[in-house]
Amino acid sequence: MSDQDITFTIDGVEITAKPGQTIMEAADEAGIYIPRLCDHEGLRHQGGCRVCTVKANGRSVAACTQPAAAGIAVENENTHVNKMRRDLVEMLFHEGNHLCPICEASGNCELQAMAYRLEMVDPTRFPYLEPCRAVDASHPDIALDTNRCISCGRCIRASKDVDGKGVFGYVGRGIHRRVAVNGEDLAHTDADAADHAMSDEVCPVGCIIRKRVGFVTPIGEREFDKGLIGYEIEGKRRG
Amino acid sequence: MAEPRKARIATTSLAGCFGCHMAILDIDERLIELMKLVEIDRSPLTDIKRFTQRCDIGIIEGGCCNEENVHVLRDFRRNCDVLIAIGQCAIMGGLPVMRNAIMHSDAPLRECLEEAYITGRYIRNTTHDIPNDPALPLLLDEVYPCSEVVEIDYQIPGCAPTGDVIYETLTSLLAGKFHGFDRMHIKFD
Ligand code: SF4
Ligand code: SF4
Ligand code: SF4
Ligand code: FES
Repeated sequence: MSDQDITFTIDGVEITAKPGQTIMEAADEAGIYIPRLCDHEGLRHQGGCRVCTVKANGRSVAACTQPAAAGIAVENENTHVNKMRRDLVEMLFHEGNHLCPICEASGNCELQAMAYRLEMVDPTRFPYLEPCRAVDASHPDIALDTNRCISCGRCIRASKDVDGKGVFGYVGRGIHRRVAVNGEDLAHTDADAADHAMSDEVCPVGCIIRKRVGFVTPIGEREFDKGLIGYEIEGKRRG
Repeated sequence: MAEPRKARIATTSLAGCFGCHMAILDIDERLIELMKLVEIDRSPLTDIKRFTQRCDIGIIEGGCCNEENVHVLRDFRRNCDVLIAIGQCAIMGGLPVMRNAIMHSDAPLRECLEEAYITGRYIRNTTHDIPNDPALPLLLDEVYPCSEVVEIDYQIPGCAPTGDVIYETLTSLLAGKFHGFDRMHIKFD
């Protein structure tokens, strides 16, 4: 700990942060998991999905973009905060077409895993929007099923900042904002299966699909069969 | 002293594949334990077609894709104290709900039927008709999850849920001790 380090608390536990760190970065280092969907290691923060909402001194803030500040009291795991997150996650399910039983991402999907962690099991109160979205299977190695896209923008940032390409971008505004490819279809972009944007870690759901690998790992032996989403970060915590 | 009354359970399969009923049987030999606590009224498992009396628990597999499903579901709501939607079909429409939106069509139901009975590449339908017998239940415009039609008290997610989850949920509900699922056992597939 250097003298510039700051301390604050998350759910009463004292945390140390380096100057400039976000609440989430400091929490990750301390082994405290804050739920997230649009934030991803190695990509620039976007602060779009708000699933990482915490209360900082009573105010709702996005933990992935909010800088840690000395002395703040952050609430992360409580019924109220988790209910807000659950509602957000549920709305993401309702905004697209999420048929987990036929989705090849099932078991590896962060949206689904978040629904498990946040116990999204009660009868829904929201309408299903059931949009009609075409699947883009034009590319020889990659397919896009935007019925499952949650507009998190991770592919946009990965393609632009890591691959230096810009295969994806946002189109439209407000509730109509969608992620689209910069071209007639994916085959008419410079997308490549080796791009970081196409790797299985970037798209949190089953929208960017690499062809011919879907069921190599069977249902029941996938990432979130090993533990609740966040288990790796929580596993870092001592004592 | 008289034995306590057994809880009465009814079950039905609406727009489902019967997989969730198979999963109920998948509780294996614990069925013997369960049958000490319950008796089964109206259900495809007993082949009883109508409620013989009011039931404590109604278990619904599948959502509503036709008017008969709606009729049966409402009958269950009227005759059961607690309604449980079991499986993704009952909870969010499941696989049948694909016909609502994924057809890229202004008339998804028509397109679905035409492909199934007329234009599909592997169809052998000598009459070239979409079945239209008056005895067939009228299809709904869309497939509806159970909770959009009646009030649902509990949902057991999965496609199908495991026998373990079904057994745990039923026995803890019967004991008045159901406090939600172990999060590692919540699955939507
Ligand atoms: S993307 Fe995730 S939430 Fe959506 S259908 Fe696939 S597994 Fe389910
Ligand atoms: S395609 Fe995947 S990574 Fe890109 S915005 Fe949609 S959900 Fe996010
Ligand atoms: S949830 Fe799955 S197993 Fe149950 S009826 Fe539907 S398709 Fe069949
Ligand atoms: S993870 Fe913070 S807003 Fe999405």
